[in-house]
Amino acid sequence: MALFMIFFATLFTHNIALTYFLGMCPFISVSKNLKTAWGMGVAVVFVMTVTAAINWPIYYKVLVPLKAEFLYYVLFIITIAALVQFVEMVTERYLPALQVTLGVFLPLITVNCAILGVSLFMILRNYSYAQSVVFAFGSGVGWTLAIIAMSGIRTKLMFADIPKGLVGPGITMIIAGIMALAFMGFAGMVGV
Amino acid sequence: MMEVLIPILVMCSIASGLAVLLAVADKYIASYGECKLIINKDTEITVEGGDTLLSYLIDNEIYMPSACGGKGTCGYCKLKVLEGGGTVLPTETPFLTKHDIAQAVRLACQVKVKKDVELGIPDDLLAAQQFKTVIEIIEDLTHDIKRIVFKLIDPEKIEFKAGQYVQFCIPETTEYRAYSVASQPSIADRIELMIRHIPGGLCSGYVHECLEEGDEIFLTGAYGDFYLREESTKDIICVAGGCGMAPIRSIVKHLHEKGSTRKITYFFGARQKRDLFCTEELRAIEKEFPNFKYIPALSEPISEDDWDGEVGLITATMQKHMKHDENQEAYLCGPPPMLEAAVKVLTAKGVSKSDIYYDEF
Repeated sequence: MALFMIFFATLFTHNIALTYFLGMCPFISVSKNLKTAWGMGVAVVFVMTVTAAINWPIYYKVLVPLKAEFLYYVLFIITIAALVQFVEMVTERYLPALQVTLGVFLPLITVNCAILGVSLFMILRNYSYAQSVVFAFGSGVGWTLAIIAMSGIRTKLMFADIPKGLVGPGITMIIAGIMALAFMGFAGMVGV
Repeated sequence: MMEVLIPILVMCSIASGLAVLLAVADKYIASYGECKLIINKDTEITVEGGDTLLSYLIDNEIYMPSACGGKGTCGYCKLKVLEGGGTVLPTETPFLTKHDIAQAVRLACQVKVKKDVELGIPDDLLAAQQFKTVIEIIEDLTHDIKRIVFKLIDPEKIEFKAGQYVQFCIPETTEYRAYSVASQPSIADRIELMIRHIPGGLCSGYVHECLEEGDEIFLTGAYGDFYLREESTKDIICVAGGCGMAPIRSIVKHLHEKGSTRKITYFFGARQKRDLFCTEELRAIEKEFPNFKYIPALSEPISEDDWDGEVGLITATMQKHMKHDENQEAYLCGPPPMLEAAVKVLTAKGVSKSDIYYDEF
């Protein structure tokens, strides 16, 4: 499948947050203001892309030839966790400016289901290496798009009169649902 | 045979490869060599950089208050980082006001030491110590509040101001919880705390279910800017609910011992009679110490309570008993909604906002 189609699909028709409802924890808790939502989004894009780029060769070059494919769940988690730790140490040491905007979010998403989800989807869908990287990058951008839209809405909501019991996560879940419905309008444009 | 061995080998080699990578990175990338912490321009501590400021301070026996174990969720470990702390992180901003940021205030648990750091720590925080204690008495005050007496072992004496708090180190964890001292400062070799059982609470659960007389517990302190202003001559209004009794009891007993000439009125709010405690003790003080008046109020008395005292919210009782007088100061300790309501009544009664001191929990 054309790389552009995959990218488009991950943004709109198969948005990881709004179609699969993965990565909901940071999606709800970090979407209160635009600046932190942006930082979180960039961190997600980065971690998703890098982990997919590393997990693909681990699966196809190590696990498949050795007939140990069933290990992929465990191994993907381990590589994601180790890699994020490593990247955090490097940014902290050599890129202090980046650490301030992005680094503090890294540990938060190490064990996020959206990150693992992307690595697992790329195997299930038999993507090639280039397709996997584009898919992971697109998923990250799609997630960022969703959280930024959400934080924009939540900023407006500060002035809204929300029923007491729904303030905070409650209304955010409902908005996420409505956004997902809106994104359903894209369904059928691309088949993955 | 081979199909069992190969996956095990694959798993182990990849995992250990990553572990080696991390260990090497930790040694070479995350190490920052020797760094100096300069405190208030006079004390200097040399540390091996790379870890958080809070952990170095605690290692060096400077007991910053911290209730969350360094996760950046309680906001207690504030100090001034004058130089070498880098920019304020997004994890800190929820706890810092604009004024704090202008004053270079940071959270010690979020600042990593990577070079020489210059710090400003208030003297009373520097004076905070860690105390090894032994539990002397545990007793029930109400159905969900226990009184606990700690005997100080090392150091043997503590100095604090009536109203301040100490931190309870939960054994075998790095978690601390803050509790106001319920005893008066003249008892220097013991500390009394009143701890309410909060369902699911880590520390209160430990205290109510596991703690026994004779156990060894570490406390740090004393902390807090909620304490009795002794230089003032204004009359005193105290308002408390639940465990807010603790610091107020300390203040009242302290004033009683000193034979203060200031008039003290203590409003205590509870739900039912079973939630009242220390009543006899306070009534006894009332008899000996004519300047002191204790007014408990029950918000939801039941018929078995046989209650003939004040009924209703504590704020209604305050409205009824307080005179309009600017020459008063107030000490409040209790749940936030109660404090908010009490502050409104106090200001309406002429107490200036700068004379209202409170401790929320």
